[in-house]
Amino acid sequence: MGKNPEFVKFDKVDKSYDGKVLVVKDLQLDIAEGEFITMLGPSGSGKTTCLMMLAGFETPTHGEILLDGNIISNIPPHKRGIGMVFQNYALFPHMTVYENLAFPLRVRKVEKDEIDKKVDKALSMVSLNGFETRMPAQLSGGQQQRVAVARALVFDPAVVLMDEPLGALDKNLRESMQYEIKHIHESIGVTVVYVTHDQSEALTMSNRIAVFNDGKVQQLSNPAELYEKPVNSFVAEFIGENNTFNGEVVDIDKDKCKVKLANSEILANPITVKSKGEKTTVSLRPERALINPADKMDNMFTGKIEEVIYHGDHTRVRLNLLGSSEFILKVPNSTSNLELKVSQDINIGWNSTDARALDAK
Amino acid sequence: MSSETKQILTTDGIPLEVSLKKAEKKNKIRAFLLVAPLLLFLIITYIFPIGEMFMRSVDDRMVTNMLPKTFKAMEKWENLEELPSEEVYRAFYEDYKLLVENQQHGKLGQRLNKEKNGFNTITKKLFRQIKRKKIDESASLKEQINKIHKRWRNVEFWQAIKRTAPPYTAAKYLKGVDMYLAADGSIAQVDEDRRIHRILWLRTLEIAFFVTLFCFFMGYPIAHLLATLPMKYSNLLMICVLLPFWTSLLVRTASWMILLQQQGIVNDFFVMIGLVADDNRPEMMYNKVGTYVAMTQILLPFMVLPLYSVMKTISPSLMRAGKSLGGTPFVAFWKVYFPLTIPGIGAGCLLVFILAIGYYITPALVGGASGTLISNQIAFHMKTTLDWSFASAMGLMLLTGVLVIYWIYNKLVGVDNIKLG
Repeated sequence: MGKNPEFVKFDKVDKSYDGKVLVVKDLQLDIAEGEFITMLGPSGSGKTTCLMMLAGFETPTHGEILLDGNIISNIPPHKRGIGMVFQNYALFPHMTVYENLAFPLRVRKVEKDEIDKKVDKALSMVSLNGFETRMPAQLSGGQQQRVAVARALVFDPAVVLMDEPLGALDKNLRESMQYEIKHIHESIGVTVVYVTHDQSEALTMSNRIAVFNDGKVQQLSNPAELYEKPVNSFVAEFIGENNTFNGEVVDIDKDKCKVKLANSEILANPITVKSKGEKTTVSLRPERALINPADKMDNMFTGKIEEVIYHGDHTRVRLNLLGSSEFILKVPNSTSNLELKVSQDINIGWNSTDARALDAK
Repeated sequence: MSSETKQILTTDGIPLEVSLKKAEKKNKIRAFLLVAPLLLFLIITYIFPIGEMFMRSVDDRMVTNMLPKTFKAMEKWENLEELPSEEVYRAFYEDYKLLVENQQHGKLGQRLNKEKNGFNTITKKLFRQIKRKKIDESASLKEQINKIHKRWRNVEFWQAIKRTAPPYTAAKYLKGVDMYLAADGSIAQVDEDRRIHRILWLRTLEIAFFVTLFCFFMGYPIAHLLATLPMKYSNLLMICVLLPFWTSLLVRTASWMILLQQQGIVNDFFVMIGLVADDNRPEMMYNKVGTYVAMTQILLPFMVLPLYSVMKTISPSLMRAGKSLGGTPFVAFWKVYFPLTIPGIGAGCLLVFILAIGYYITPALVGGASGTLISNQIAFHMKTTLDWSFASAMGLMLLTGVLVIYWIYNKLVGVDNIKLG
């Protein structure tokens, strides 16, 4: 990108509310200028706390936060120049849409003409021209959301924080808003730090995703890598669907290992396991396992269909395989689809590179 | 559309509207029956007494009923600057004689004495003449009565009788604002040194206004704390706010007397820290200071509770949004938080002001001479002078004042914007 790769920097940040439990542990995170980074994690994983520390509503217990090279831990929120979109929008209910958008400009003593211009520009960005005189209560949820986004952007902040902004919208609206926010980000190049617990939202929108759990970043990488190459079993479990086998490493090579399950052995790709005898959880994406594969694959087994669920674009098949009845297959519903019936035996195969041997759960 | 638009019918052929009314009738009756006891209660305890109070305040039928013939005769009395004709004298004599027979003459004397000083004396003299049967009914009564006392020859006394003729009067209301109906029927002001009611009205407004102001400035931060503190502490604080509610008003006022008196705890404390000299303890009671202090404390919950209920609904993220958008904490408060609390401020101020304007016990106990309000004057006329019609008139004026304030408030803020909880 050619821009500052450490535009926002969390440097060894700890946060504790009660002096007993660390909500955020030794957080080290660099955010590049113009990047769309998502903090993803289950509730209570510390992601919102990180956002609040960046916004200035919480102070780090230890460590520093840097914005464009300057330590901001002691700067109050109103001087940080960081835009924020709140979970429930936090539009000022007693002000019109125009006044809401003009608020950050008025407190900065911007000229009236300039305010009009900027408000107009921000509203056209979220395609809400003509709504200036409406009160927030007269807008639909999606419109309120857009106003909140426009308000966070209208004063040209260097960084915009979004705290689960789409949580209150219904599914269709949420998806269209995801694209809209993504396009706004692409067109103006602002740095966005986005917090969500919805993995599909994170995968759709982000340049990079930081998966939080237990106060720590589990993995920080781009969406494809996060999905294809999870580095530990938490990430594998949290992002997307996942078939797991628990077992023990009996043989390990450079890029292959043999894992002993209860009554069989499979070949897997060693990611975190280092030596023989280690306990491991092998993770395999459902779409990586094929039915009656044409090519030879290094893992070939026979399973019994337990359940077939029609999902429109694909069919989910639950199998009893290798002693587990929770093995999921995703079969695209193409015209050449084969007949799948319950209690039928089918052959399943997958490559050992797709079966990632991770830390044991 | 024309009026001949086809009515919508149900499947049974009954017009839809009729059918709907029928269906809802049962529910309406049930709903009415539910509120009926309350309605009855309100009529008996509220609307009826107010009507009764109004009647009493304007009722002046006593003299009208006592002197029916006189007033009939007086209708022909045209030149009011001259004494009335023999006819009027005779009618008055006959009325009065009847009153003497029924032993009602004393009441008339007292009533007329209120209209014109010195009346009681001359009616008593007339009474004695009638008792001794010294009046010759066949001769001119005008001459005989005029001879009894020189005041009977004074046309002003006859004018006074004439003024009491209408069965209804606004005199009590005029008295309430230190005015009276002059002899010639015009409205006049009482002498400057006798205008006590206007001072009281103004003082009542002043004290109510300042008590409201003090309550607002003390209640706002308390309500804010209550709404933002963690549950653990806010519950405790809430109990502190409500505790006075659970204590008798009289007890609270009495405790202020203990605190505020010259040898009281507050004065002792001032002396102890050297703020005032021991022989120069300030008067904090039996004056306005006492009224202000005690009333503010007693009315504070009425300010805090509506404010609290409104503040509780304001999302803390709004203040955060204000700050993150670049507003200093003060700007965020003033532009975002404060405007959202206005409904609570309106409700609290209105409540405190209306309660303060009619406050009675506290000013009576700690107010002294300079700290009493109009309600104390009303009570005085109820209990001491027994002039109930005057007390009623002032009570109604107070009620009207409150309604006017409510109306103004509605115009300015809008009652819809009031939030009590």
